Amino acid sequence: MMTKVTLTVNGKSVSRDVEGRTLLSSFLRDGLGMTGTHIGCDTSQCGACVVHVDGLAVKSCSIFAVDVAGAAVKTIEGMANADGSLGVIQQAFQDHHGLQCGFCTPGMVMTTAALLANNPKPTEAEVRHGLEGNICRCTGYHNIVKAVLAASGQDVPAVAAE
Amino acid sequence: MPKDSGIGASSKRREDVRFLTGRGRYTADIQLHGQTYAAFARSTYAHARIVSIDTSAAEAMEGVLAVFTGADFAAVGGNPAGWLIQSRNGEAMKEPKRPVLAHGKVRHVGDAYAAVIAETVEIARSAVEALDVVFEELPAIVDMAAAVADSTNRVHDEIADNICYDWGWIEDNRAAVDAAFKSAPHVTSLKLINNRLVPNAMEPRASIGVYDPGTEDYKLYTTSQNPHLTRLLVAAFVMGIPEHKLNVIAPDVGGGFGSKIYHYGEEALVLAASRRIGRPVKWVADRSEAFLTDAHGRDHVTTIELASDKQGNFLALRTETLANVGAYLSNFATVTPTFLHGTLMAGPYKTPLVYVNVKTVFTNTAPVDAYRGAGRPEATYSIERVVDKMCRELGLDPVAVRRQNFIQPDQFPYTTPVALVYDTGNYQATLDKVIDLGDFAGFESRRAKSAKAGKLRGLGLSTWIEACGIAPSALVGALGARVGLYDAATVRVNPTGNISVMVGAHSHGQGHETVFAQIVADKLGIPEANVDIVHGDTSKIPFGMGSYGSRSLAVCGSAMDRALDKVIAKGKKIAAHMLEASEGDIVFEDGKFSVTGTDKAKTFGEIAFSAYVPHNYPLETLEPGLEETAFYDPANFTYPAGAYACEVEVDPDTGRVEIASFTCADDFGNVMNPMIVEGQVHGGVAQGIGQALLEGCTYDDNGQLLSGSYMDYTMPRADDLPMYTVDHSCITPCTHNPLGVKGCGEAGAIGSPPAVVNAVIDALQRGGHTRVTHIDMPLTPSRVWAAINA
Amino acid sequence: MYEFDFAKPASIADAAKALAADGAQALSGGQTLIPTMKARLASPSVLVSLTGIPEMKGVCMADDGLSVGAATIHATVAIEAAKTYPALARLAGGIGDPAVRNRGTLGGSLANNDPSACYPAAVLGSGATVHTNKRKIKADDYFKGMFTTALDDGEFIISVTFPVPQKAAYVKFDQPASRFALTAVFVAKYAGGVRVAVTGAAENGVFRWAEAEKALADNFSASAIAGLNVPSKGMIGDLHGTPAYRANLVKVLTGRAVSAA
Repeated sequence: MMTKVTLTVNGKSVSRDVEGRTLLSSFLRDGLGMTGTHIGCDTSQCGACVVHVDGLAVKSCSIFAVDVAGAAVKTIEGMANADGSLGVIQQAFQDHHGLQCGFCTPGMVMTTAALLANNPKPTEAEVRHGLEGNICRCTGYHNIVKAVLAASGQDVPAVAAE
Repeated sequence: MPKDSGIGASSKRREDVRFLTGRGRYTADIQLHGQTYAAFARSTYAHARIVSIDTSAAEAMEGVLAVFTGADFAAVGGNPAGWLIQSRNGEAMKEPKRPVLAHGKVRHVGDAYAAVIAETVEIARSAVEALDVVFEELPAIVDMAAAVADSTNRVHDEIADNICYDWGWIEDNRAAVDAAFKSAPHVTSLKLINNRLVPNAMEPRASIGVYDPGTEDYKLYTTSQNPHLTRLLVAAFVMGIPEHKLNVIAPDVGGGFGSKIYHYGEEALVLAASRRIGRPVKWVADRSEAFLTDAHGRDHVTTIELASDKQGNFLALRTETLANVGAYLSNFATVTPTFLHGTLMAGPYKTPLVYVNVKTVFTNTAPVDAYRGAGRPEATYSIERVVDKMCRELGLDPVAVRRQNFIQPDQFPYTTPVALVYDTGNYQATLDKVIDLGDFAGFESRRAKSAKAGKLRGLGLSTWIEACGIAPSALVGALGARVGLYDAATVRVNPTGNISVMVGAHSHGQGHETVFAQIVADKLGIPEANVDIVHGDTSKIPFGMGSYGSRSLAVCGSAMDRALDKVIAKGKKIAAHMLEASEGDIVFEDGKFSVTGTDKAKTFGEIAFSAYVPHNYPLETLEPGLEETAFYDPANFTYPAGAYACEVEVDPDTGRVEIASFTCADDFGNVMNPMIVEGQVHGGVAQGIGQALLEGCTYDDNGQLLSGSYMDYTMPRADDLPMYTVDHSCITPCTHNPLGVKGCGEAGAIGSPPAVVNAVIDALQRGGHTRVTHIDMPLTPSRVWAAINA
Repeated sequence: MYEFDFAKPASIADAAKALAADGAQALSGGQTLIPTMKARLASPSVLVSLTGIPEMKGVCMADDGLSVGAATIHATVAIEAAKTYPALARLAGGIGDPAVRNRGTLGGSLANNDPSACYPAAVLGSGATVHTNKRKIKADDYFKGMFTTALDDGEFIISVTFPVPQKAAYVKFDQPASRFALTAVFVAKYAGGVRVAVTGAAENGVFRWAEAEKALADNFSASAIAGLNVPSKGMIGDLHGTPAYRANLVKVLTGRAVSAA
């Protein structure tokens, strides 16, 4: 059974006919060709697929597109500034070498955006706790934590030393 | 002042921009017109005979395009072992065929015995379920000691004792080592397990096969650390495709850590399937498939003995190891427990006598191969654990004992009793550095503070060395390698002066696109932005052995450096012509070719332009164009070394271990980009802490994988790990490569596990649990609690 | 994943009707069910989403305690119960990870009754009442062993009412991979007595530790349970902990929960 699902993705309204079993991640990747959202596991653990649905960070691999019909979705493709330059979080990840292979990065950035929206000046421990649903195999998290702290406008060495 | 560009600068990574904006292009992201999907039928038995496979129902399903079974590949070759090891008795190792799809028998859970190609993934998966297969289950061979002891139950019917080889290093030294043990004043022995790990690059493997019936060309997009090696294996060994008709592309690759070095059957299958159906065939592993089929790492059971005098001077070292290779030989499975492990058993120490025995064992488990560090973490862990145990037994200071046994700075080049020649090093310096940065002096007060909070605090040390940039070809060839271990680079200067460098190394997180460009820019005196690094496409780059074993910069970087030398030499010829001077009078500095002692000069850009607009060239002596290629085969390995310190707090009520601090002092030789080097160490240390405390790949007695998803295989997460203190200011440049660089990719994973375990044992000992002398990794809370309460 | 039809009713009545169909399965946050379906281990013919029904969402004070709608996500409970029932809020704020907490729901967790889930400990530890589309079920009657509950076919949870204790705390020891509870203990002190509910430890799922409840009723301090022993029989043994280890954790975490309450 195909259902027409309309979503607002990064501010643009898009519609696709989908099956019930079409995951939001598949809607984005296969339906819209927006491949910045990655699939790193099948048990809702790794967080590479995190996007925002109506402002909440969620794992798009564990949501049916049809279940969130009508929602506003934000993805990594919508995180740059209007002029195309890197947004504050993206820039902090580059400045602090918060990524290596880049595969977990979209999920990290999306989780960070939600984390900082809820807690604009997190401590190092709060950052680490907030990233517990996003697995990175490359960085050992050190530079990701620094990037998140820097994106929050805090003095990185000072916070990290606490 | 830190530099802001060129060699030694922490240049920001240019590749980050595409990854941070969702524009990376990984294999799974590629959608080709008319593409179809492959799904594999994988054994749920660890060991079974395939009695029959009826594919008719699957083939009849709507949307199914083709079904393959092992029979379809019975006539083609197998995926070969890359290295032939000789047993102690002179016999060749056993090399059973590793087919594209299992034929006759399945040998591990996840072993693929059939594949379906269909219009959608879901149809392909449903068709896999529609296959009618009859298996005759056989007893699973899981435990290595049992595998060796039982000659009736065989992973491969033709290999009676399940042993691939029984290797001694160095066999001629065995008698002298045994004699030294007999007369030694003290012998410390330790049996330990180097736990099996799953590499878990965050991007699961994926491959797309594309056959063009018009040109008869094949193209393979795949998640590979070394596309040329994959091309060679697929072409020459497995499929018989002419090498020039196969283009292998490894686009953005989301981490490898060893697991994507190897050629896997799925790559051959999508190529064969595309040829049969005439459309692109795509396969993307899900994480469950990755757990079952990616090459795993480590899995050694070792008894190590250290003979010493009562003052802690090492007299001899002896080890016996059973190393698991799983059901089939993955490409570098045979060299990992031998030449990447046994040859490192001297460590940074001047132990005069060393003997290593390794028996490599087939079991009904996934293949095991090189994973970050590959053999060297196993060696380092064994040595650093037994040294620590010896210090405890003799009541000696672990710092002092290491110091007194170090190879001294004036002893280089130093030939070890396990046949490596360390070119340079200064192990005292990194030890001093870690003692300082790790504030060993303040440990006692921190311990007292922890004790007040009911926690046991411990300090662990590890001093390590590794051999990386594995080489030279002549040596590895003599030792059994079926490949050469050089690398290649082409520097193409375009008419407008910007540069494309085609390199054989492959970047899957290492940042080559940035670092290699820094080196080129520095050497040619041009902006980094004018340089592009091209990698991962066999149709574009001359050749390459890929990235693994911390080799990219030391080997491929050196090839690039040589090619740059050639470009500069050619540039001097052009400059001599343009400036009407003798070639010997041309000097190249800061991006300018000038006539020595004059103000006559041409910029690099002017030379480049002239090379492609040769209106008045003396063509008999000066060729147009400015493009040079170099192949570099190193004279030796490089030998990074360092000292790591770990402080832990143990909660005695729950056994939970928390890393309080982790400090690294490394000697990587010259450092090209400190930011990237530090990032490599962070990642390696995280994997080492993961091995020590969290990660364990476990099969049950029936060969079922118990840790088959992130629900049970503990990946280190942000809240499991601390900030690390890393330092690379102790520098002894490599003596034999032009950049003076060593390797930094694996160091963290090599040096850290023993530091962590030593720290936990130290904490328990200081806390009064003096009976606890060893706990096998991973040191989970349950295991630590059990050790305390044994 | 197998194909299925999808329904998202807007009322409890319509949901009940949809769930009466053959092969129908309720979907809440989907954080367990969807991975199960991806692995082809579940094949509902109709999936009925329960997250579009307004009266199944939200947190509010009722006469008999704090009422939480079954379709309320963990993140909402973590915020909205913080003042009224902080131990419950902290439990909800520690389930899974932030993204899971933005989808996972109380009802989904209770209907699944994973032996290592957090919410069953709060429900049993609070002596809560489970309100379904058909009846009210006391917590003590609701949990029937691993992945088994008192819910009948077609029955689904509308809300849960948690009596608010004088003091309470939940202490969870993470299973390090899944971040479910390796063992966790919910302790709540009421005027009428103390309840101690343990999750993650036992093969039969969440249970009350009666001896501790008795000891704590007389003396609500960690020292009150010092002399008690937890038998390891019936405890879960797996990669992450032996039965003896889990038995130890039950006692250690109970003491810590009492101290934290």
